[in-house]
Amino acid sequence: MTSTGLSTPQIAARPVTLGRNLTGRQRRHILYQAAFLLVLCALLWLAWRNVEANLAVRKLALGFSFLRQEAGFGISFSIIPYAETDTYLRVFVVGLSNTLLIALLGIIAATLLGFAIGIARLSPNWAVAKAALVYIETVRNLPLLLHVLIWYNVVIRSLPPSRQAVNLLDAVFLSNRGIFVPSLETSLGWETLALLVGGAVAAIAGILRRARRWREETGQPTRVAIPIVFILAVALLLVAGWGQLRVSWPALQGFNFSGGMALSPELSALVVALAVYNASFIAELVRGSIEAIGKGQREAAAALGLDRGRILKLVIIPQAMRVLVPPLTNQYLHLVKASSLATVIGYPDLVNVFVGTSLNQTGRAIEIMAMTMAVYLVLSLAITGLSNLQSRRLRLVER
Amino acid sequence: MTAVVNSSRVERSPAIAQLRRRLAWARANLFARPIDVLLTSTIAAAAVALLWAIVPWAFIDAVWVGENRAACRPDAACWAFIVNRGGQFLYGFYPQPERWRVNAVFLIFAVSVFLLLRRDTPGKRVVAFFLLLVFPILGYVLLHGGVAGLSRVTTDKWGGLSLTLLLGVAGIVVSFPIAIVLALGRQSEMPLFRWASIAYIEICRGLPLIAVLFMARILLPYAFPVGSEFDPLALAVTGIILFESAYLAEVFRGGFQAIPKGQAEAAAAIGFGYWRTAIYVTLPQMLRVVVPGVVNNAIALVKNTTLVVILGLFEVLNIVAAGAADPDWLGLHAEGYVFVGLVFWGLCFAMSRYSQSLEREIKAAERQ
Repeated sequence: MTSTGLSTPQIAARPVTLGRNLTGRQRRHILYQAAFLLVLCALLWLAWRNVEANLAVRKLALGFSFLRQEAGFGISFSIIPYAETDTYLRVFVVGLSNTLLIALLGIIAATLLGFAIGIARLSPNWAVAKAALVYIETVRNLPLLLHVLIWYNVVIRSLPPSRQAVNLLDAVFLSNRGIFVPSLETSLGWETLALLVGGAVAAIAGILRRARRWREETGQPTRVAIPIVFILAVALLLVAGWGQLRVSWPALQGFNFSGGMALSPELSALVVALAVYNASFIAELVRGSIEAIGKGQREAAAALGLDRGRILKLVIIPQAMRVLVPPLTNQYLHLVKASSLATVIGYPDLVNVFVGTSLNQTGRAIEIMAMTMAVYLVLSLAITGLSNLQSRRLRLVER
Repeated sequence: MTAVVNSSRVERSPAIAQLRRRLAWARANLFARPIDVLLTSTIAAAAVALLWAIVPWAFIDAVWVGENRAACRPDAACWAFIVNRGGQFLYGFYPQPERWRVNAVFLIFAVSVFLLLRRDTPGKRVVAFFLLLVFPILGYVLLHGGVAGLSRVTTDKWGGLSLTLLLGVAGIVVSFPIAIVLALGRQSEMPLFRWASIAYIEICRGLPLIAVLFMARILLPYAFPVGSEFDPLALAVTGIILFESAYLAEVFRGGFQAIPKGQAEAAAAIGFGYWRTAIYVTLPQMLRVVVPGVVNNAIALVKNTTLVVILGLFEVLNIVAAGAADPDWLGLHAEGYVFVGLVFWGLCFAMSRYSQSLEREIKAAERQ
């Protein structure tokens, strides 16, 4: 009673005697922070004055107008149309798309390989488990750059020339000019294709969602295979009939291959190195997450009469995923950032074409570095955000 | 009854018993299911094929002595390349008679780290003080010279494996105090310090090391007066320190969070202020917990320092590239990479084993 009686007038008095009611400690804190802010501002101001002086010497003014200038240099590989007459903005987009392509291919390959090796590591077969262990310990103790250089300078270079390319089932050809794989071609524009794929994905997601709700409400098993196959068939028929879908096979013509898709030596070496290196870390994460599930879980599931496959699918994997997702996302983040190693072997990623060639030609160091840093920061935030969303979904619901 | 007698008689011969145990083990662990038979034999065949390819290439047909690649066989390793260029691989273009200085710096570092990590070294504080504050300056003076009768060796002559390791050592040692300040800042009650630390840590961790290195190389000079001269190596070290201190700060934050709250509260109860609590109570406990994390970070950093090749420094992979471009040794990338790979592998494997054993020790200590 007394305490409330005392505190009320104090709170009322606070706006009037601002600062007087602060304790000595709080006052000191404000002082420290003010001093820190002052020093920080002074340093930034000094740096800024130097930046202005440096820019004046180089006769440059800050601004992004250079993005509209013609770049005038060629880029050896791009997944979107690009010509020398395009602008620096286009160069930026080409570099970004090439970076994203490498990151995406690397993530897919590393995940597949990493899961396989992680599961092999837990195999009851001694030879399989030891082989996985040897792989992991060999690969992860070498620098990623060394992996990239070995694949690029040693392995791919020692492949035969195009004429004697290693022929895998007449579909995939390995040569020192790169890897040639079959590709799908349609007359549809990418906008239509994206719309179609998006529609199909949305429809399947909707079905899975409804099925899950149904299962949770009624406890009845659901059959989703037939509608999903139906949707996929419709989408495929649409592309095939309307878009004249056909498979383009690579074939030797003269000294090189035509048709299909050509993965340049740089791209191939980079994707393989990223996959091989990151798979060793992912394998350890997979193993750790499965081992983190208590033995009792497995035993309880077996006691309920579930078979091996169902124990894995219904009991182990859902729980392991909860442990796995955060570190796995972290690994993906590493992979995306590591894809900037591309620049060392000359694959035209963002760093190579933008921080490299574009910066050399325009001298716009500050603008270009700022844009590049923004890209990586946005990518990091996006991946972290997705992972947070996913772990919220997977979080244990305590009842 | 008879069965028991029989088996005990058989097991009296230890060799047969051992053979039996091995066979039983093989049946259970190698050939349990039909698929296991297939898998085991595939792996065995692959291992044999690998050895069959590697042993003749690396040992039987390999050439160890020679003046150029003509002395070597095209289908086998040409270790003569490594032997002839060994000095360059290790020391870059550091002048031959002065190379003892590089060795001395690494020896001093190795001895102080050993003393610091050994359990009962007296006066660890002095060693830590020496390593964090005296060693960086002493190391620089020794390597660069120009004083006390040591001849001057400019940084463009530094190179090879020693440069790679030097960057790693400098990265960890100099980042250490910065990272402690950042970790304390991130946990500070004062919002300005907290925000500043978080912004710094998250930005540096969100960028690839290559971008941070380019930032140090290209942007940093803009912030200095017109006409300032910059040593490329110093800029590279700055980039590595910017990057590494953010990662170490997160390791330290984890360490601070692992300390029970009661520790700081007890310190407050006996009248300790912020700094005394940090120096005498939380920091020492934090440092003990984070050693495995710091070692893991050091492994990542040592592997990452190879990236300075993009700044044109004669780091060991650039020396390999330069050597393999020399007409005498044209195209001998593989030998160079194997050598570099063995060194890195040995270093990183040893460090990871150390950190694993330490983690186990800490866990065991916690259980008691």
